[in-house]
Amino acid sequence: MTAMSETRVLPPPSSSRRRGLLVLAGVLALVVASFATLDLHWREFLAPAELAKLAAFGASFFPPETAPAFLRRTLVAAGETLAMSLLGTVLAAGAGLCMALPASARGGAAARAVHGAARLLLNALRSIPELVWASLLLIAAGLGPFPGTLALALHTTGVLGRLFAESIENAAAGPALALRVRGTGRLRVFLWATLPQVLPQLLSYSLYRWENNIRAAAVLGVVGAGGLGQMLYFHLGLFQMHETCTVLLAMIALVAVVDALSYAARRALSS
Amino acid sequence: MNEAAAVVELRALSAPAAPGVPGLALRGLDLRIAAGEQVAVIGASGAGKTSLLMALACAVRPAGGSVSLFGRDPWAMPTGELRRLRGRLFLAPQVPPLPPRQRVVTAVLAGRLPAMGLLQSLRTLWSPRDAGLAQAALAEVGLADKLWLRVDRLSGGERQRVGLARALVSQASLWLVDEPLSALDPTRARGVIDALLGAARRDGRTLVCSLHQVDVARERFERIVALRAGVCVYDGPAAGLDDAGLRALYAGELPEAVPADPLPAADALPESMCR
Amino acid sequence: MAQAVRPTGAALHDPALLRRVSWLLVVAVLAWPVLVWTEFNPATLLDARSLGATWKFVSDFVPPKHDADFLAELLRETWRTVAIATAGLALAWLLAVPLALLSTARLSLSGLAAPMRPLPTALRQVVRWVLVVLRSIPELVWALLFVRAVGLGPTSGVLAIAITYGGMLGKVYADLLESSDPAATQALLRNGSGRLQALLFGALPECAGELVSYTVYRWECAIRSSVVLGFVGAGGLGQLLDSATKVFAGSEVSAILMVFVALVWLSDRVSAVLRRVMG
Repeated sequence: MTAMSETRVLPPPSSSRRRGLLVLAGVLALVVASFATLDLHWREFLAPAELAKLAAFGASFFPPETAPAFLRRTLVAAGETLAMSLLGTVLAAGAGLCMALPASARGGAAARAVHGAARLLLNALRSIPELVWASLLLIAAGLGPFPGTLALALHTTGVLGRLFAESIENAAAGPALALRVRGTGRLRVFLWATLPQVLPQLLSYSLYRWENNIRAAAVLGVVGAGGLGQMLYFHLGLFQMHETCTVLLAMIALVAVVDALSYAARRALSS
Repeated sequence: MNEAAAVVELRALSAPAAPGVPGLALRGLDLRIAAGEQVAVIGASGAGKTSLLMALACAVRPAGGSVSLFGRDPWAMPTGELRRLRGRLFLAPQVPPLPPRQRVVTAVLAGRLPAMGLLQSLRTLWSPRDAGLAQAALAEVGLADKLWLRVDRLSGGERQRVGLARALVSQASLWLVDEPLSALDPTRARGVIDALLGAARRDGRTLVCSLHQVDVARERFERIVALRAGVCVYDGPAAGLDDAGLRALYAGELPEAVPADPLPAADALPESMCR
Repeated sequence: MAQAVRPTGAALHDPALLRRVSWLLVVAVLAWPVLVWTEFNPATLLDARSLGATWKFVSDFVPPKHDADFLAELLRETWRTVAIATAGLALAWLLAVPLALLSTARLSLSGLAAPMRPLPTALRQVVRWVLVVLRSIPELVWALLFVRAVGLGPTSGVLAIAITYGGMLGKVYADLLESSDPAATQALLRNGSGRLQALLFGALPECAGELVSYTVYRWECAIRSSVVLGFVGAGGLGQLLDSATKVFAGSEVSAILMVFVALVWLSDRVSAVLRRVMG
């Protein structure tokens, strides 16, 4: 009886598979190193006594504070947060549009230099989170919602400016060409040929960014920029749990309202 | 040739189809058009009709030979003068260059931009004061009732006619029209070409119109220029073009084909366009 | 040369004018309270005292602080920021995967032959809402709460990132799975393979690239979040920056900012490479 004596040799792992495994190994190493070097006190954290304390902490929030005077203050703070997010987004849309024009410039060496500089500025504005901007602006503008609004506006200008520039670059060239053939100035070509095409998309980006900004505005108060964040920090610092709970619920409600408004507006735009 | 001053004078012009595109779409073209002439340009797709109009509109830099518009070389002019020269010509591309969400009235009044100051152009975007002018132009092409509609609510043929209405409100003395009838049915087409020619003849405007509808060209235009592979093979009265010549011109092409000559991308235009 | 047509004599009324003017009025009416509530007053930026403070602060930016001790601390805190982000995202992933699997209809057994029965549908809906709740509270708020509950230190940062990013990853994983072709998983489920097997052999090969891509993108975002969380005591670059700004130490602030921007740029590059290799 002859046995199957042919041995099958598998092909060696392809180079892309080897590279993938290497990367995976690197990622795992990073994760392990992160957990190892951080002082996380897992044992203390997961001890039953600690967990019970955590549960008690969670339970201490309820019921939320509902005294009318306090509710009125919460409403005012919510209005302040809403106003911050609205004004910050509007300012950013305007500034972003102004910066999107040089950031989408095309042509010779001069245009390329302008394009590069504008993109660099937008990237710098974008990389720095709103909270960092706010803590820096507190030095120039003091406490309150004004530095918060400016911080939102600065960061969002970087984000919207880049999105706007990409929209402008992707707009159809025909209408602009027909106007430039007749010698029309750049600004007028933009207003008459490019902007009508991209305006719905720009508005949509701005509305979507408003959803992010309401969340950011809510927390900027933690560094002193007013609104619900400042109330949260204040009451949490004094261990006033019921008031904190109300503020948290107000935050969740405000975020939900703005999300809904933004969604409805964007749906109306695309119809 | 009549004694009127030459509006267009091309000498041995060679030019690519679009800036940056390799190869020549026009090869050694000679052409002289006097003020007030109406010329039809015919030829198979790829023959160079759109490229000729682009070269006349100074949208493509010549690779060889010379261009002279209104007696001057546009490529040797300082930018300010070139801008003023551009205001005197009007290019109507085959694909109507209308932003889809713009209203027809604004799209038509864009033809007056070279004559508008910045403030006036902003004011017109907000609410047009010259709506009557736009309406008269739209009436000429049979679209007076579409004045306040958005461009994307119009059909292809209607948009093409709006593009021509823009020419009627512009103050250009040289009209360069690329395939104005490609999306129109024959009856409508004749009405439109009559309106165009009538307006041009009334004020002594120069019209260079590329057409695929050879019968319309022969019936309505006094002078026909025929292109084949970037070279002029016929330049003379419509009556002198016989059927045999036409067959040779369109040899190898299906009779009903409607070509779509590509436009150069806006970013590929030479820097002097950006003024 | 004049235009080729003469304007019609008729007085024309622009139908859009009324709408535009009303929008303008709405904006004007809204603008006033918004400006008042945000205490919008650019003049405060320019008053003498704040200008002086700002100028002193900004002029300290150059040169940035670069003595050896400070640089060592900077490096340590940078690593801590990256570690918090990585640990947080790892936990978020552990949270997101089961939640996404529970909420997706792709692996539904009851939904194979007929519309899903009410109990599985309800379960999936509940899981979706859990994901929404996790996502809708900003991570800074979670971090604040955890700092109050367990004290200062990286734990609160890691947990805050784990919870919020768990919600985000869970939602996107579920969405990606939902948008994949159901035929592969359904075929496997019909032939009797387990749900996990159906996932691994059916849906995952199709979605893996996008899943990995999004996860890596979120890691980049987590690094920025980690810096922000440092402002409430979670350690890392954010905490350094917070203490430096509070004492108006301009040279420290500029050094930290430069390191931060470099870190963001580096993580962006690494993320792009990873997405290319693994996507």
